[in-house]
Amino acid sequence: MTLLSVRDLNIRFTTGDGDVHAVNNVSFDLSAGQKVALVGESGSGKSQIALSIMGLLAKNAIVSGQVMFNGNNLLAASNDELNQIRAQKIAMIFQDPMSALNPYMKVGRQLSEIVELHEGLSRRDARIRAIEVMEAVQIPDAKRRLDAYPHEFSGGMRQRIVIAMALICRPQIILADEPTTALDVTVQAQIMHLLDDIQRDMDTAVLLITHDLGVVAGFCEDVMVLYGGRMMEKSKVGALFKSPSHPYTRGLLRAVPNIHDQTGQLHAIPGSPPNQMNAPTACPFAPRCNDVIDTCWQTLPELTGEDTQRACIQPVEALS
Amino acid sequence: MTQPVLEVDNLHVAFPSRQGRKYPWSPMNAVRALNGVSFDLTKGQTLGIVGESGCGKSTLIRAIAGLNKPTQGSVKLNGADVDYDNRRDVLNLRKSIQMIFQDPVASLNPRMTIRDIVAEPLTAFRTDLNNTTRLEKVRNMLDRVGIAERNFNRYPHEFSGGQCQRIGIARALVVEPSILLCDEPVSALDVSIQAQVVNLLQELQRDMDLSLIFVAHDLGVVRHISDDILVLYMGSMMEKAAGKTLVSAPQHPYTQALLSAVPVPDPNVQVQSQVLEGDLPSPLNLPVGCVFESRCPKRASICTTEKPVSQDIKQSQVACHFAAN
Repeated sequence: MTLLSVRDLNIRFTTGDGDVHAVNNVSFDLSAGQKVALVGESGSGKSQIALSIMGLLAKNAIVSGQVMFNGNNLLAASNDELNQIRAQKIAMIFQDPMSALNPYMKVGRQLSEIVELHEGLSRRDARIRAIEVMEAVQIPDAKRRLDAYPHEFSGGMRQRIVIAMALICRPQIILADEPTTALDVTVQAQIMHLLDDIQRDMDTAVLLITHDLGVVAGFCEDVMVLYGGRMMEKSKVGALFKSPSHPYTRGLLRAVPNIHDQTGQLHAIPGSPPNQMNAPTACPFAPRCNDVIDTCWQTLPELTGEDTQRACIQPVEALS
Repeated sequence: MTQPVLEVDNLHVAFPSRQGRKYPWSPMNAVRALNGVSFDLTKGQTLGIVGESGCGKSTLIRAIAGLNKPTQGSVKLNGADVDYDNRRDVLNLRKSIQMIFQDPVASLNPRMTIRDIVAEPLTAFRTDLNNTTRLEKVRNMLDRVGIAERNFNRYPHEFSGGQCQRIGIARALVVEPSILLCDEPVSALDVSIQAQVVNLLQELQRDMDLSLIFVAHDLGVVRHISDDILVLYMGSMMEKAAGKTLVSAPQHPYTQALLSAVPVPDPNVQVQSQVLEGDLPSPLNLPVGCVFESRCPKRASICTTEKPVSQDIKQSQVACHFAAN
């Protein structure tokens, strides 16, 4: 069952220097219980997609397209309508747990506030719920820690609280924006493990936004690769890692040093990320692509294919 | 065997802290950031240092560079002791030891053009050069890291993160040091750019016969660039071994846990990550025994009472009572 359906999403930001085309014609579906990764480098527009779903884009953003959830287009919804959906139906986990929490409020209050507001629970019931959800994310001694401030927690524990905040209303969809990027590998393993458990228990759909392909391989079933605000490849995780079909995905996979397999030089992708000041008219990856041909500079490749969808005008066999 | 370029012996660093004192007039407490780290660095080799945040990675290389003073222990450069209290010694040290930093943009002065940024170390350390030769050196160095000459009059904000890191590398290497200290040089960069910078560092290392100390939390990158890897935990050395040995046959339980937590970019590999329970000890009040005791899956009573000494097991140096079995 499709929960969320994004169609032709375009996000532009007006700036003094002209419009920045952050996201261009992105479409995807998210079904109940599905774990989808959105992979891309900084500036590829992955966080902006999540923010647009939540209605949290910056004021200078111009959005077009559709984000359908339960028959409503979230992009056209009013703030009141969105408030009925945020936290209760769709929740977000932010990258930096320290700036996602209010430093002046005890964490227990930050948690219980959500259920008081959205579910009309009394202070006492909300407090009980906050303890339950803190125990669910394995914060030891939850009852006492309820009255602690964010700065009294370690980074990993803070991220658990941010996850608890996202879970407290049992949402159908969790948008996790780089949930472990700020954490050490040992803590990252704990958090991903936890997220996996909870996801299975509650049958939540998770959109995991990350740049770490290792995390994607361990957690997700489907993966979407973004570059320059455009979808480059959309496929099953297994297929993508086994035989990446887009030159960018190939480059990305080759650029990651594998700890167990060390052979010679790293394969860097030459050049730097694209300038998104103009609406794309050609493949944004063309300037850095090894397999570029003349037509790449003139046509904008569309996402095509069945199981594995790719936006590249050349057939897979023609790639180096 | 040839003499190592750098010998670090039993290095300790402690920072004074007001925390945890009974009265305001009580003596300062000590945050013991680094406790007895020793290693040798051979010419042209790379030593990787890994560990979680707060383990003392940055403190270690900042101490070597003289940016924070060691409280105990010695550092020898080309066989000669470095006296960190002697200003002249420290200045001399910086001709042979240079450093690149984690945040490429923040480590460059925003009000200087990149030509001036790269020329500054030469103005400070190579007073024998005249203007023309100095600028010639700057041009060669920037060219070497791949910055085009038409950009020399630009300011750091006009460059991307990857380019800024290249400029940082040029600034460090323009005085032709023998050792380059790298403090998380690629962790702020995207994967595709990260690979470019790592490759550049390796090329320059080969060409200039540099020794590198490479600090990072990404084990994949460290494994790729390093000959030897040193694992730190709470300021103490847990294990040191050749990169290959350390990854394929980790001896210390902490190294094993750390490696098992690294996500593998291959969905067919079922990673059984070993989740560490327990809390980190406070650096204000380090345990008498092993620092890893509180989280160690193999802990026993000896671990709380006796500090393990580093011993040679197979090809690794391991500080653990149970490493042998």
